[in-house]
Amino acid sequence: MSKLKKLTGRTLFLPIFCMLLVMCANIIYDAACGNFALNFFTISIQNGVLYGRLIDILNRGSEIAILAVGMTLVVSASAGTDISVGSVMSLAASFCCMLLAGFGVSSTNELQMPLIVGLLAGVLMGCLCGTFNGFLVAYLDIQPMVATLILYSAARAIGLLLCNNLIVYIRNDSYAVLGKFIGPVPTPILVAAACVIIALIVLKKTALGLYIQSVGINKRASRIAGLNSRKIILMCYIVCGLCAGIAGLVNSSRITSADSNNIGLSYELDAILAVALGGNSLGGGKFNLIGSIIGAYTIQAITTTLLAVGVSTDVAPVYKAIIVIIIVAVQAPAVKDYFSRQSAKRAAAKARG
Amino acid sequence: MKKKSRNSNTVLLFITIALFVVMYAVGCIVYKDKGFTHLQTFLNILINNSGLLCVACGMTCVMLTGGIDISVGSLIALDCMLLAVGMEQVGIHPVLMCLIVLAIGILFGAVQGFFVGYLGIQPFIVTMAGMFFARGMTAVISTAQLSINKATFFVNMANIKLEVPFGIGAYTNRKGKLQVPYIRLHVVIALLVLLVIFLVLRYTKFGRNLYAVGGNEVSAAMMGLNVKKTKMQAYILASFLCSIGGICYCMNAMAASVTQATGFEMDAIASSVIGGTLLTGGVGNVIGSFFGVLITGTISTLVKTNGKLLSSWSSIAVAALLCFFIVLQSVFALMKKRAK
Repeated sequence: MSKLKKLTGRTLFLPIFCMLLVMCANIIYDAACGNFALNFFTISIQNGVLYGRLIDILNRGSEIAILAVGMTLVVSASAGTDISVGSVMSLAASFCCMLLAGFGVSSTNELQMPLIVGLLAGVLMGCLCGTFNGFLVAYLDIQPMVATLILYSAARAIGLLLCNNLIVYIRNDSYAVLGKFIGPVPTPILVAAACVIIALIVLKKTALGLYIQSVGINKRASRIAGLNSRKIILMCYIVCGLCAGIAGLVNSSRITSADSNNIGLSYELDAILAVALGGNSLGGGKFNLIGSIIGAYTIQAITTTLLAVGVSTDVAPVYKAIIVIIIVAVQAPAVKDYFSRQSAKRAAAKARG
Repeated sequence: MKKKSRNSNTVLLFITIALFVVMYAVGCIVYKDKGFTHLQTFLNILINNSGLLCVACGMTCVMLTGGIDISVGSLIALDCMLLAVGMEQVGIHPVLMCLIVLAIGILFGAVQGFFVGYLGIQPFIVTMAGMFFARGMTAVISTAQLSINKATFFVNMANIKLEVPFGIGAYTNRKGKLQVPYIRLHVVIALLVLLVIFLVLRYTKFGRNLYAVGGNEVSAAMMGLNVKKTKMQAYILASFLCSIGGICYCMNAMAASVTQATGFEMDAIASSVIGGTLLTGGVGNVIGSFFGVLITGTISTLVKTNGKLLSSWSSIAVAALLCFFIVLQSVFALMKKRAK
């Protein structure tokens, strides 16, 4: 009993448990369909690139993993989520493609300016959106979700304006590099890995991670202790915008176009779900970045599994919404109180008996 | 102190009304030759936004308790899809179908209210899950683009023209035909909802409870109010009004699709906030929300009348206005803090 409690008490228990659950579901499904039971885990090389469902999940989950890095920091520091990430992804992609193709051009083979300028501009646009959100939250004390709601609807609309209501196609191989393969490995995996590793190093090797947590636990106390709480919250939002920008570029590079209406659609749910699945409290404070990353890939595994089972992409959010509600409900203080009271009652009954 | 706080709130309401008048006047001057000055243009704003008016009333009630409900847009899509499939494909009588939709609204609100009120989860998270859930359920029912034309009773109800009495604002159009301004039945429903909610908020115990809970949750609990129950009731009311709004919306659009009413939550929240409802709760009024709805309606009408602007301009303008009013609120709050 106590061993079980120790296990469930671990911070990484929830994400790893969920991951195992999804894998088991896949094995059972494969076996039930009469396929090789370990189909899920087989990785082969086809046409010179890695191929397999696991690789597919790692590849497709890159955007969510990148978003999860920023979202974890935002949730931790400000006890609120940034619901604009999906729209910011779309805006960053549109801005980048608009610069590369020229305004009002729907399809191009030639880049109007060097690729790096476009990519940097897209990322900068993400940072700009993050700064806007962060300023509203940190300096004007507006609830995070209301503040980010503005860009949630406006960013996609601005993206449409930049693209002149068109889908901008960039038919140039150099633009596809972010979404295709380097050698046998899909590039998005490398981009996501780079983002995660940089974030981890910065958070572990500097006191920044500690600062963010302390601001999240008690804003006023950390200000009295000498931290500039507002600046730290602002910085978290900028990082979140930066991550959204990178994720948007990766997503746009996959389809070598900027489809403002569809890039990053309902990614905000995935990112928030990743943070919640990672065992982080959505009420702010302590965070666990590794948990969020595992959570992100778990989400993608769930999505891939749902698609493999034959659920359409329109319907998949139903299941995700139910999962997020269950996780958040289990973490809710009222429910925790109820369970601890129950176990106390049981202990009392045992002591008496 | 009390007088002062009332002052800053009336200031917000006055800013809203003035903004509406100025915006409409500018529209009248700039688009004079496009028929903006006719009474019908104003009534069209009401006709096109009757659903939004109902939803904004519900949103105001939730925001009074300090919460928020972003599931409304998806819930409207779900309502429209249910109505369309139920009436057109299954052949259920429209009245029964409307009752089913209202019941689903109450159930939806009860679940959200339970999670927010009794489990103490952040309203944003709960209603965001609700948003994706409702949108997904819409896709479960049908992913087709449906239009309503076979359910004769519903079509007839939606087509009723209530003409303005005594021919006020009547004009002869280019073909020399007399046009009398009219409104539709769903506008009457929406205005009735507005009146009822106004009276409920002002004169009933439940309405005062909403203000008390939003003003200060702890002192409301100490006064002996059941805070959890009040919150749950607020969400039930919001989803119920949203379902009424869904029926009004459906009567106007006469169609259903999965992507219907996307970004509707934004309009509803913007209308409430522009109308002077504080996001922190405790302050607000549905009369303000009414003007908020008129302002968002005027913006989209202006964009449509121009004809050259892309439709995304209207959502950018609404977002910018929302941003402006949120910042205004927070500046007022900071000033109040300083004054203390």
